[in-house]
Amino acid sequence: MTNDLLLVAPLLAALGSAIAGALAAGRATAQRVIGVAGAGALLTSAVALVVHVHATGIATTQLGNWPAPFGITLVADLFSALMVLVTGVVALCVAVYAASENDARALGAGFFPFFHVLLMGVCGAFLTGDLFNLYVWFEVMLLASFVLLTATAGPSALRSGLAYVSLNLLASAFFLVGVAVLYGVAGTLNLADLAVKLGQPEAREAARPVAALLLVAFGIKAGLFPVFFWLPASYPTAGVAVSALFAGLLTKVGVYALIRVFTLLFPLQDAGGSVALVAVASATMICGVLAAASQAHVRRILSFHIVSQIGYMVLGLALATPLALASAIFYVLHHIVTKTNLFLVGGLIRRAGGSEALGELGALAVRRTGLAVLFAVPALSLAGVPPLSGFFAKLQLLRAGLDAEAFVAVFIAVAVGLLTLFSMAKIWIEAFWGEAPENAAPDPTLPRGAVFASAGLALLTVALGLGAEGLWQLANEAAATLLEPERYVRAVLGARS
Amino acid sequence: MTTLIVRTATRYLMPLLLLFSLFLLWRGHHEPGGGFVGGLVAATAFVLLAIADGTSAARRLLRIAPVRLVPVGLATSLVAGLGAFVLGRPFLTGLWPEAGIALGTPLLFDVGVYLTVVGVVLTILFALMEEGS
Repeated sequence: MTNDLLLVAPLLAALGSAIAGALAAGRATAQRVIGVAGAGALLTSAVALVVHVHATGIATTQLGNWPAPFGITLVADLFSALMVLVTGVVALCVAVYAASENDARALGAGFFPFFHVLLMGVCGAFLTGDLFNLYVWFEVMLLASFVLLTATAGPSALRSGLAYVSLNLLASAFFLVGVAVLYGVAGTLNLADLAVKLGQPEAREAARPVAALLLVAFGIKAGLFPVFFWLPASYPTAGVAVSALFAGLLTKVGVYALIRVFTLLFPLQDAGGSVALVAVASATMICGVLAAASQAHVRRILSFHIVSQIGYMVLGLALATPLALASAIFYVLHHIVTKTNLFLVGGLIRRAGGSEALGELGALAVRRTGLAVLFAVPALSLAGVPPLSGFFAKLQLLRAGLDAEAFVAVFIAVAVGLLTLFSMAKIWIEAFWGEAPENAAPDPTLPRGAVFASAGLALLTVALGLGAEGLWQLANEAAATLLEPERYVRAVLGARS
Repeated sequence: MTTLIVRTATRYLMPLLLLFSLFLLWRGHHEPGGGFVGGLVAATAFVLLAIADGTSAARRLLRIAPVRLVPVGLATSLVAGLGAFVLGRPFLTGLWPEAGIALGTPLLFDVGVYLTVVGVVLTILFALMEEGS
């Protein structure tokens, strides 16, 4: 009973807020209250879920009381629960930011209902125990994100929105073909049941092409080399709150799906990792960071850095040792918090300086000391400067790389870290130091809620760095569960097999 | 399009279509039909009226803005799913009365789907028709 409630609660919180928001359409104050309260409810239910899963192990529920593998299964292992938790944190901060950004037009156009539909899709993808349902949740996310992308930025964003949606539809097509082939081979789409069926050598052999299809599909969603170009083209065009939500969560759902599929269905840990995936991850790191170095627009620089950071996470998966996987999980959690915050700060920079082009900014450190601190914390964390969370994430990943003797990848990771620092320094020098531009706008006051939201995430970044031990332990437990698919199978299917 | 033939035919067809949509909704649990297809047929009835007499007439007859039907429908389905929690069952478990007719929570769920589909389809189609004129 507890499982039944706790697993559905995050989805119900999001769906309920979406419905309430739609019923209160057109009333800006009600929108703000419902939007923030709904995100708070999501966070609360996520905390309860993590506590429960940590105490009692993998939790499952069968929607409609149809037993697995026939019905719709929701599963939360520690990894899923942690992902839902960080989703709740990001949701609350972005909701507060969006509510105080005071854009009544965007709020009237249904920002918060679609915001919550998007969150429902994200949480659904983390919690589902069925491959076809994962596809459905991806489509829920895609639908909501397309509306958010185009509605918050006006007609000019339609072109980038179309590129975004067509690339993601292509990914969905790959995904769907993979799902169909897998169903033909194994006759089931329940993840636990699939894990059992694919344990047979002949089924695994027949399903091999599916691994490639799913890699391409999730690779597009995650922004892996060489299919990442849609991401920097679309994210910076959206409104600030929307782009922060996308930057933090959406690509990480792709990473989550990769980790889930390549530990449960096609276990990389049994194959001793994948050299090909290490190569893809390294190429992703390099391409993202080099492309970022050539940009001169705050959120566009940050978008390319998403790509390069995705490389680090996938590197952890590709090495597939317990240490590597734990550091990948830690990296994902750290990155969601940090990157969301950087995008929020990017929005604050635009407000304070009147622009996001580095050439039109300057001397913000003098005029806006607080903003400078708000930018410095996540930026240094992203680059991996101690004692912030990014340092610990990178350190563990490098240790894992050295243990696995992937020296080239480790060298690339270190070099890319330095280049990331260079990129952040570039924003710092151009926007916060230097001469104030001649036609500098008179400083508008920054919305207080937005500053609070960003400061909250910055504090969390510091806390994750100083108190890394606690989260590292959770990440290790989550990785240990992932590396033993039998536990997942037993939790879903019971002692049947 | 607003010829006498279309308008007269609409007057007879519309009630039939609406009744048929309810019939589909009702039989949907065990036989082909259900909230989705029922909602589509009901939306067709209103679109037919909009073709014959204009969207303003169809909107007047509907009384409520179609986009408002969407959250109402979703809420109905959500409540139908929540009912299972009261009896300690997993979300969305179908609850049936001990004996008698099949008036369980799945029907309520389907009513929600019906309303949502009518709302979405009419929101889109009315918007397209009004853009053209």
